[in-house]
Amino acid sequence: MTELWYTTRATGVVALVLLTTTVALGVAGTARFSTRQLPGVVRAGLHRNLSLLTVAFVAMHVVSTVLDPYAGIGIISAVVPFSSAYRPLWLSLGTISLDMLAALVVSSVLRSRLPYQAWRGVHWLAYACWPVALWHGLGTGTDSRLPWLLMLDGLCVLVVGAAVLWRLRLAGPGAVRAAGTTVTAVFMLATIAFVAAGPLQSGWARRAGTPASLLHTAARPATSAGRAGDQS
Amino acid sequence: MSRPVAGQLAAPQRGAELRRLTLGWHHSDRAATLREHADRYGPAPLGRISRHDLLGHVEAAGLTGRGGAGFPTGTKMRTVASKRGPAVVVANGMESEPASEKDQALLARAPHLVLDGIALAAEAVGASEAHLCLARTRDWLIDIVAAAVGERQQAGLDRVPVSVHDLPHHYVSSEETSLVHWLNGGEAKPVTTPPRPFERGVGKRPTLIDNVETLAHVALIARYGARWFSEAGRAGATGTMLTTVTGAVRQPGVYEVEAGATVAGVLSLAGLDAGSEAVLIGGYFGTWHDISAVGGLPLTAAGLKQAGGAPGAGVLFALPPGSCGLAEAARIMRFLASQGAQQCGPCMFGLPAISDDMAQLAAGRPDGDPLGRMQRRFGVISGRGACRHPDGAVRMAASAVRTFAADAHSHARRRPCLASHRGGSRTSILPVPRPWAEQEWR
Amino acid sequence: MTSKLRLTIDPISCTGHGLCADLLPELIELDEWGYPIIGDSVPPGLAAHARRAVNACPSLALRLNRAAT
Repeated sequence: MTELWYTTRATGVVALVLLTTTVALGVAGTARFSTRQLPGVVRAGLHRNLSLLTVAFVAMHVVSTVLDPYAGIGIISAVVPFSSAYRPLWLSLGTISLDMLAALVVSSVLRSRLPYQAWRGVHWLAYACWPVALWHGLGTGTDSRLPWLLMLDGLCVLVVGAAVLWRLRLAGPGAVRAAGTTVTAVFMLATIAFVAAGPLQSGWARRAGTPASLLHTAARPATSAGRAGDQS
Repeated sequence: MSRPVAGQLAAPQRGAELRRLTLGWHHSDRAATLREHADRYGPAPLGRISRHDLLGHVEAAGLTGRGGAGFPTGTKMRTVASKRGPAVVVANGMESEPASEKDQALLARAPHLVLDGIALAAEAVGASEAHLCLARTRDWLIDIVAAAVGERQQAGLDRVPVSVHDLPHHYVSSEETSLVHWLNGGEAKPVTTPPRPFERGVGKRPTLIDNVETLAHVALIARYGARWFSEAGRAGATGTMLTTVTGAVRQPGVYEVEAGATVAGVLSLAGLDAGSEAVLIGGYFGTWHDISAVGGLPLTAAGLKQAGGAPGAGVLFALPPGSCGLAEAARIMRFLASQGAQQCGPCMFGLPAISDDMAQLAAGRPDGDPLGRMQRRFGVISGRGACRHPDGAVRMAASAVRTFAADAHSHARRRPCLASHRGGSRTSILPVPRPWAEQEWR
Repeated sequence: MTSKLRLTIDPISCTGHGLCADLLPELIELDEWGYPIIGDSVPPGLAAHARRAVNACPSLALRLNRAAT
């Protein structure tokens, strides 16, 4: 049922875009960004609503993945890392990201009942959730080589990277700014390096952990965007 | 920190009965030993007076808090005593008001009076724990107090041992909730109220917090009774109180006076300079007044209310004749602005803003309309912080602008007075912990 | 004896985000440093807006209480 596979891929991409926008708005919030066109309350409201939309798309992404018999990814793998046979590492990144997203959303829904510092501590996970989700997509995604998707991924990296760097610049010089800038820059370069040495290279599907039985499979009609990844 | 000299004890105007807390201070410079203390006052009725009687005496005596707030002590004690479970007594010896010396003088010369008071208060409210908080920068005082506590331990005097603590010395650290917060393991910063300490304070137990002078009075009331206490003072303001008088006076220092003594009376005890025209009442957190306007008023909350002032912890500073009141006030404002706990926006930003306006005005170099700006800011800062620090600062600043209105207007027209041009007042005769003329925050 | 809704601010938690003033300009204005000054009690017609403002505060510094008058 290719429809499910397409759904998984499509919802995954949309979820990443939504998560990217959510994170960018969240970063803008830490800087109290506010203009006449985008007042603070609107920015905060957008951040919250987009995060919920992200959850919706991630849910669809997980459901379609689990329902799809192609890669045999079970429901357990949705929440327990390293429990799948299909590209275990890269899939687990998605699992981990999902777990973090759940913590972020649940803690925020219960914000008024939690001590403020507890909520805040959990919310810092957002800075881990996004990069993990990104690398999950790059590693698991079978479309990673497609130019338009590469550009979209690049745009997501630019948006979050720029937002974080801009936010850090607003902070006065100091250890935090230096460390944050370094980490951000290193991450962006590492992503480029990873993509170049990984998904863009031939043989990636095998190196990523696609089970042998699925490599070179002809069980599904190959489309231009179809199992190209798994066939390399 | 250098040890302040607890000035002269001028001949009291009504004879020996005014030397209650200060009895024997002029004999010697050092702390009274336990034996000297017992000879002087007789033994404290520890374990020999019931809770009921003790609370009754303190209430009947009409003793009010001597730390500045002036709350009826008996009521406070009864409230804590009525709560369930063992209570805690905290004696506040921090004296963070730079212009005040009375608590240090009391602890340095008659520590056993304070320690008696703590023990009696502990009995009265059913406390199982007692703490005495001192400022960390005064190790000379901590040593004296620790020695006195040691004497009592050896004599097996107190059922409830007193723990002496040294706390960081900031202006806001002596506030009640700061002490409780620190004793509970936090910073010595005020906490947004509920629950109040008398309900849940140290270790979540009902806590009585009193100034050390208040507790010293409790020690004497327990011995001699409420009637004796009210022989000094007048209805509504009973007993005696310690005052610190500095500035343009011949003998600055700590004086014990009847509660209700007039401002002029206290100033003249210390020998007011003839040319001095203005007085700061209540310390850095107090208010400026023309001496001619308030001289005849009693140094009590009720008496000064009509003049828009309050006695605070009985602190009087007479402005030297050659000085500019605005410049002094601006210096105080700068100090207060730096002493906030930096927890609340209106205080963190508002006080430095007012301080800048005042400094401009004092220097005769106004940028725009500092007087107008200040008046507006006065209106929006009070009541919007977690503690009364910004309120006190604003009140002081507003009183300076009012009392020195003529100066303010001429400064605003770029005509500073000669005194501010010279950089301010003469040095105080007696070095108060933070001398007025000291330039340290300039 | 009626009970009125009152807004209070925890001055220590408040860091001057200003979202409350955006959502309830009738009762909340910002001082020159961005910190809120709140008006007296909340009239019944503005209760829903007040609740929205309370939920919007990023520092959870704004609170709505019912106090007997």
